[in-house]
Amino acid sequence: MVQEGGTAEGLSLPRFALSTRTAGRWGDQLFRLLVRASALALLLIVLGMVVVMVRAAFPSIKAFGWRFLFTSTWDPVAQHFGALPLIYGTIVSSLLALLIAVPLGIGAAIYLSEVAPPWIRPPLSFLMELLAAIPSVVYGLWGIFVLAPWLRTQVQPALGSALGFLPLFQGPPYGVGMLAAGLILAIMVVPFIIAVSREVLLAVPDSQREAALALGATRWETTRLAVLRYARSGLIGAILLGLGRALGETMAVTMVIGNRAEISASLFAPGYTMASMIANEFAEATSDLYLSALIEVGLLLFVVTVIVNALARLLVWSVGGAVKEVRE
Amino acid sequence: MRAGFRRGVNAMMAGLTAFAAFLVILPLLLILAFLVYQGASAVNLDFFTQLPKPVGEPGGGMANAIVGTLTLIGLASCLGLPLGILGGIYLAESRDRRLPWTIRFLADVLNGVPSIVIGIFAYTIVVLPMRRFSALAGGFALAVIMLPIVLRTTEELVRLVPASLREAALALGIPEWKVILRVVLPTARAGIITGVMVSVARIAGETAPLLFTAFGNRFWHHGLLQPIAALPLQIFAYAIAPYDDWHRQAWAGALVLIMMIFLSSLVARIVTRGRYSGLR
Repeated sequence: MVQEGGTAEGLSLPRFALSTRTAGRWGDQLFRLLVRASALALLLIVLGMVVVMVRAAFPSIKAFGWRFLFTSTWDPVAQHFGALPLIYGTIVSSLLALLIAVPLGIGAAIYLSEVAPPWIRPPLSFLMELLAAIPSVVYGLWGIFVLAPWLRTQVQPALGSALGFLPLFQGPPYGVGMLAAGLILAIMVVPFIIAVSREVLLAVPDSQREAALALGATRWETTRLAVLRYARSGLIGAILLGLGRALGETMAVTMVIGNRAEISASLFAPGYTMASMIANEFAEATSDLYLSALIEVGLLLFVVTVIVNALARLLVWSVGGAVKEVRE
Repeated sequence: MRAGFRRGVNAMMAGLTAFAAFLVILPLLLILAFLVYQGASAVNLDFFTQLPKPVGEPGGGMANAIVGTLTLIGLASCLGLPLGILGGIYLAESRDRRLPWTIRFLADVLNGVPSIVIGIFAYTIVVLPMRRFSALAGGFALAVIMLPIVLRTTEELVRLVPASLREAALALGIPEWKVILRVVLPTARAGIITGVMVSVARIAGETAPLLFTAFGNRFWHHGLLQPIAALPLQIFAYAIAPYDDWHRQAWAGALVLIMMIFLSSLVARIVTRGRYSGLR
């Protein structure tokens, strides 16, 4: 393939070189166009998503306006739709998940990047990657048949008798419900929080650590003062990425949350999230307005997750960028 | 005294972080244990060769769902891989600043968009105009999920190819597009294969975007314009059904699905041992 232009006869060289050069230029232009168009396809998809969904949700937006967000009747027969219980369920289940997943995730990431002996790091992070590779529906299957019965027979009665004076832990133990959803979400988002936090922690320059150690700090003090403080914005980004996952997670939550569009103070009560409402009812939506309302729920979810993810990315990149400057 | 206290805190925090790591791994072990314990008994030859049996009849398999999942992955790859790899080359090679930054950013954002929303997108853009659920719509939805992953890994890997290789080839008078296709891409091949396998592993288990695009099918599919079965859809349908026999099949399906996914992750890992590790 290197042989084009390989002739040494004086006169034929210019013609030859010229022809390959123009052919090359033509090919280059075509190739550039092709790769550019492929990259633009992604832009087109994201823009298309916004346009298509806004258009499809428009009948519902026009019919209900802001009331859609603040009323809680979801009645397909009467054609009245309010998404408040779904928004509530989504937020509560995600926050519950973060409450569990953040300390565990950041702790495990610190263990992986600062504490663990080097030989244990690769197998351990491999296992955590496997956790991220398990499909949502398998988590849901495990949630229905293992987690929910365990909660019903062991955890919820115990919580109820110990902390039953709080409204959070009142009511009959169903197993499936907000608590189960929060737990399964925590298990699912933790590997994402770990992966990004670990990346951020590894991006902290060693000079930071060495400086602290040289001043006589213990390993934990080094981590707390020199590493975590430096990586703070990136870690917040990691948490936000976890939040984005939790907000939009569908199948596992649908299978364990109980699917009832009601607002209840108790974590034992069944709930509903935006994503699981779409999963359950979309294919069965009978009227145009019903479908449009479901698409509006999807649009809402889209907007919220895009904002959360965009923030998260910028925060994570801010740490990475700072590191690059130090290295150069 | 003071030093002893500080050392004590240090040891305690080390212990706590190790415990956190253990707690994170625990569900993985529990899930895998239950999958094997519940699913292994129902995984047999019939499972791979038979159609699902009607309610009440024991036995049967998920052959159609396995074929369906492979078909959907194939369809998604036809669209997602070329766009992703070529787009990744653009991101890595372009000398512009603004457009590549925007696309990189949008790719990361798209990667975080819930898959159910991508399902709605595929529904409005493919299912509604065609007035039917189809394998094509499912493949499209999966391709949209796959695209940002392939795009970003390709970019990262193409960037890693040393400039000296590229310059040596260009100095020989080879046009740029040939340099990229014949020198740069083969050098980055192992890493790109990893990206592809990672994205395949991700879409193989996707359920939500298929609910109202591919829709599922209890029989063999008839062409790509008809609803098609998929393993995750079948697991979902069986798990929420009230029949013990179906629950067993759901566990078996989950076990097979996990095996498929771990196998492709493993291939990715072997291809690029020690060269690249990533979750996205």
